Amino acid sequence: MGVPKELLYTLEHEWIRVNGKNAVIGITQFAQEQLGDIVFVELPEVGSQIEKESPFGVVESVKTVSDLYAPASGKITKVNKELETNPEKVNNEPYDAGWIVEIELSDETDLESLLDPDAYTEQCEKELE
Amino acid sequence: MSQETSSSLKTTPLTQIHKELGGKLVPFAGWQMPIQFQGVMQEHQCVRDGVGIFDVSHMGEIEIRGPTARDLIQKLMTNDIDSMQDNQALYTLMCLKTGGVVDDLLVHRFSEDHYFLCVNAANTEKDFEWILKNAGSCDATIRNTSQETAQFAVQGKHSEALLQKLCETSLNEIKYYHFKKAKIHNFESIVARTGYTGEDGFEIYIDAGYAETVFAAILDAGKEFDLQPIGLGARDTLRMEMGYALYGNEINEGSKPLEAGLGWVIKLGKQDFIGKAELEKQKYAGNRRKLVGIRLLDRGVLRPHYRILKNGAPIGELTSGTFSPSLNTGIGLCYVSSEYAEPGTELEVEIRKLSVPAEVVKPPFLPTRVKKN
Repeated sequence: MGVPKELLYTLEHEWIRVNGKNAVIGITQFAQEQLGDIVFVELPEVGSQIEKESPFGVVESVKTVSDLYAPASGKITKVNKELETNPEKVNNEPYDAGWIVEIELSDETDLESLLDPDAYTEQCEKELE
Repeated sequence: MSQETSSSLKTTPLTQIHKELGGKLVPFAGWQMPIQFQGVMQEHQCVRDGVGIFDVSHMGEIEIRGPTARDLIQKLMTNDIDSMQDNQALYTLMCLKTGGVVDDLLVHRFSEDHYFLCVNAANTEKDFEWILKNAGSCDATIRNTSQETAQFAVQGKHSEALLQKLCETSLNEIKYYHFKKAKIHNFESIVARTGYTGEDGFEIYIDAGYAETVFAAILDAGKEFDLQPIGLGARDTLRMEMGYALYGNEINEGSKPLEAGLGWVIKLGKQDFIGKAELEKQKYAGNRRKLVGIRLLDRGVLRPHYRILKNGAPIGELTSGTFSPSLNTGIGLCYVSSEYAEPGTELEVEIRKLSVPAEVVKPPFLPTRVKKN
C-alpha cells in the first residue's frame, strides 16, 4: 500500500521525512485513500509553532473533514502553497508534491515514539480488518 | 442511521456488481449503498461531461390503482394531479395538516385510475402508512412495490444515445417529466425522463429480478460513451449544484415548504388537500424566512449545520453543504430571514471558529441542462 522505508509515521497517518534539524510532513497513501478526493487543505502560518500530537491543519475531502496531527513539535519554516489551488496533489503524490509543511524540529527525541515503516504497515492492516 | 450494522441493512439487487466495480459501500437510509467508485470528483465530472449510471434502487415505489385512485392522490398531494396526462410524471409534496412535509415525491400516471409514486428511501414505510391511513374505505388498491422494483438513473448528455442502443422505443419521444413502458435489453421497464442531477437523463424502473442483467447490459453498451457507475457522493454534489431540496435536510415534517421555495408545487387553487388550509394561511402571512444558496467567495468546503453570520451575528445554519466540483468552492443551502435573501448579499460562514466570506446565490448554482420541452 505504499509505505516508504525512509519515513516515520503517526497512528493518525501522517509521515515525517527528517533531514538533520529540518523535517517535511505529509499524509500517507493510506490516509488519502481513506479520505477520497481532497478538495481543501488548511495550512498553518509560516513561523508558527506546532506541538507534537496536536492538530496543526485540516484536510477536507468532499465527504469529510480531518485534522492533521503534528508528528513532532517545531516551527513551521515552509508550507506547500501549491495545495491552496491544487489540493488533489495530496491524493496523487502524497509523499512528493503533496507534502504539507516543513518544520524546524524543537526536540529530536520527539521522533523516538513514532512508528517505523513495519509498525505502520501493521497498523494499516489492522485498520482494514 | 450511523448505528446500523451491515447485517441489518437492506441490499439492492446490484450490491454484488457494485463490489466488483470497486464501489465503497456504506449505510444510507437503512440500505447498503455505494458512496463512490472512482472518486466523487471524477464521477461528478463524468455526469456533467458525458454519462453516468446510478443504482437508486433504495428509492421506494408505491402503486395506487382503482376507481378512486385519482381522488385519493389529489387529496394527498399539494400539486394538481388533474393537470396530468397519461405517461406524465409530476413532482409534488405530500403534506401534514400542519403544512409540514411528509415527503417530496414523483407521481407517475399510467391512466386515470392507475399511478405509481417514487418516494424517498427513508420515508417509504412512513409514506405507505400515511397513504393507507388517509385512504380510509376508498376504492383503490395501494401496494408498496419497493422490494420488487429496482431503479437506475442514467444521467448526462449521452444518456439518450446510450439507452437507445438497448431499446426499440424511440426515446426521443419521451419528453421531460414524461415516461413510457419500454423494453430495455428486452426486459419490460418504465423509462422516465427525470433525474436529480440537472442533466438530461432517464430514470428506469425494472423488476428486481432483471436488474443485474440490465445494469450489466447498460454498462456494456456504455463503453463507447465512457459510462461510469456513480455513487451517492456525486449524486449529492450534483443535486447540490442544482439547489434541489433533499428530504431530511431542507424539508421535513416541521418545515414550511413555501419558505423552501416550493410554492410552485403547491396549488392552492385546486380542490381541498391535506395541509391546504394551513398553507393558505402561511401564504397570506408571507414568508418570514427563505431558503437561499450560499457560496464561499474563496476556496473552501461547506458542511451541514455550519453557522451563517451577518456582521458577526448568527442568522441561520446550513441545511446542506458540500464542495462544488464545477465551481471549485463550497456551496450550501440555508434558511435566512427575508432581509438577507437578496442574491449578492454578503455574509460569513463560521468554519472552525473563523468567519469566512460568502454570498447569497439564487439556486441553481449552475444552469440546468435538462431537456425542457
